[in-house]
Amino acid sequence: MTEQSGAIAPQATFTSGTPVVLSLTDAELRRGERVLWSGLDLELRRGEFIAVLGPNGSGKTSLLHAILGRLPLSAGTLLIDGRPPRRGSDLIGYIPQQRAVAPHMPLRARDLVRLGVDGHRWGLPLGSRGLRRRIDELLTEVGAHAYADMPLGLLSGGEQQRVRVAQALATDPALLLCDEPLLSLDPHHQHAIVDLLDRRRRAHGAAVLFVTHELNPVLPLVDRVLYLAGGRFRVGTPDEVMTSSVLSDLYGGPVEVVRAHGRYLIAGAPIPHHPDHAEGVQS
Amino acid sequence: MSTDTWHQIFNYDDYGQLLALVANSILAAAVLGVVGGLISTFVMMRDLAFAVHGIAELSFAGAAAALLLGVNVVAGSLLGSVLAAAVIGAMGVRVRDRNSAIGVLMPFGLGLGVLFLSLYKGRAANKFGLLTGQIVAVDTPQTAWLIGVSVVVLLVLAVIWRPLTFASLDPDVAAARGVPVRALSPVFTLVLGLAVATTIQIVGALLVLALVVTPAAAAIRVTASPRLIPLLSVLFAVASVVGGILIALGSSIPISPYVTTIAFVIYLACRAVGAVRTRGGWARRPPAVVPG
Repeated sequence: MTEQSGAIAPQATFTSGTPVVLSLTDAELRRGERVLWSGLDLELRRGEFIAVLGPNGSGKTSLLHAILGRLPLSAGTLLIDGRPPRRGSDLIGYIPQQRAVAPHMPLRARDLVRLGVDGHRWGLPLGSRGLRRRIDELLTEVGAHAYADMPLGLLSGGEQQRVRVAQALATDPALLLCDEPLLSLDPHHQHAIVDLLDRRRRAHGAAVLFVTHELNPVLPLVDRVLYLAGGRFRVGTPDEVMTSSVLSDLYGGPVEVVRAHGRYLIAGAPIPHHPDHAEGVQS
Repeated sequence: MSTDTWHQIFNYDDYGQLLALVANSILAAAVLGVVGGLISTFVMMRDLAFAVHGIAELSFAGAAAALLLGVNVVAGSLLGSVLAAAVIGAMGVRVRDRNSAIGVLMPFGLGLGVLFLSLYKGRAANKFGLLTGQIVAVDTPQTAWLIGVSVVVLLVLAVIWRPLTFASLDPDVAAARGVPVRALSPVFTLVLGLAVATTIQIVGALLVLALVVTPAAAAIRVTASPRLIPLLSVLFAVASVVGGILIALGSSIPISPYVTTIAFVIYLACRAVGAVRTRGGWARRPPAVVPG
């Protein structure tokens, strides 16, 4: 399959008719004395892809934790499918960043996917034929079936992330939360993972909230951008948010944004391209 | 070695009678093998080998104190273990913090144990047994204790097996899926403490690792299947401890050298098999997948 790179697919329009998956109203999150963000209003509809950008410490990961029900908002409301967030909700699939896995970690690709299916339940892991079929389906969907029985530690970073996507799809979630899933992948594998997410939202209407330092690899998919910086934020289409004036305002200093060949190039913003949590990644 | 010395160490003349005498111990040993094999699976997943050693030394101190005070040795050993497990559990989740805390705790526990033993005026064999293991250390009332505690350990493991696996192998996603990752950590450490305290009664504090680490360390060399690892691990642990007792019966040497040697030989064999397997390709693997 060859994605027509550069050619941006027409943005889907998310009218008031499309069901809302995630809604934040006047939301505020504090960590101790510091306000990470406040007054955040955001509605994410089925099939919508939103990229969350911002420097380290701007509250991107905390936003994910709030949606996952691991961190309560300090003010405002957060609803997922019309209900308050709940830990371990089947409505949410979570894709973390790629991390080094020890070669002798007793975990095969299919076991990782299985953890996503029933790993949170109490008791012994008694399997069934139905469960095995489900795991095979998920692995096939992401094109990882060929290495289903390989230990995870022997797979490449790109292969591991495919398996992670399969794991996140286990509950057929309405909302996919992605925490820098492309970090430390080469462009080729980045493209493959982005393509999987795109297919999922088109075929199943899953909304995608994608935390990233790099907008360009996902740009063809992005409907809107949430840019967090310095306790403030801006929401809009990439063209509305990724401008010199908006980013200069958010950062409180001169930032130059250039759009060229379907990519945004940013100069002046203190955006770390090698975030500290990327350490320990296998090459 | 002259035949005379050899005969002093190995004497299988009355083997049948001896076997009848230690039937209880063999039963206890088999149960401990099952516990050790299963718990070692999680010790490997959670990288807790050093914690096992730390818990063992405090358990030894507890047992030595019980010996000195003339109370139940298994109870003393359990108390020491649970205290150590509580401290290690409270020391946080990060491996580096935890390891330094264990490094501090361990010599202190061992020192206390040595103090209690030096004050103890009873049989020397009892003293030695706590450190290096001795089959005579297991009498009938103790067997009941060992089996009782083992059953508790097995029941708790059965209940927390799946979420504990998730939390141990994939903590980020487990937390996102609602697994109580933080709460499971002290629960497991406590169960580990119980398992270590019971294992000490057979192989002694210094050699607990042979039953609580080695079996799974060997198993993960030959398979990555979450079903086969605990099965093999239990098989290896039971073979080590029961095999060790059966050989030690006709011998004047404590059982621990036999147990540890069997465990070590199994580990070496598994490494060899694993090395061959890795060289030949772990599993059927198709040509490099070209995505996109």
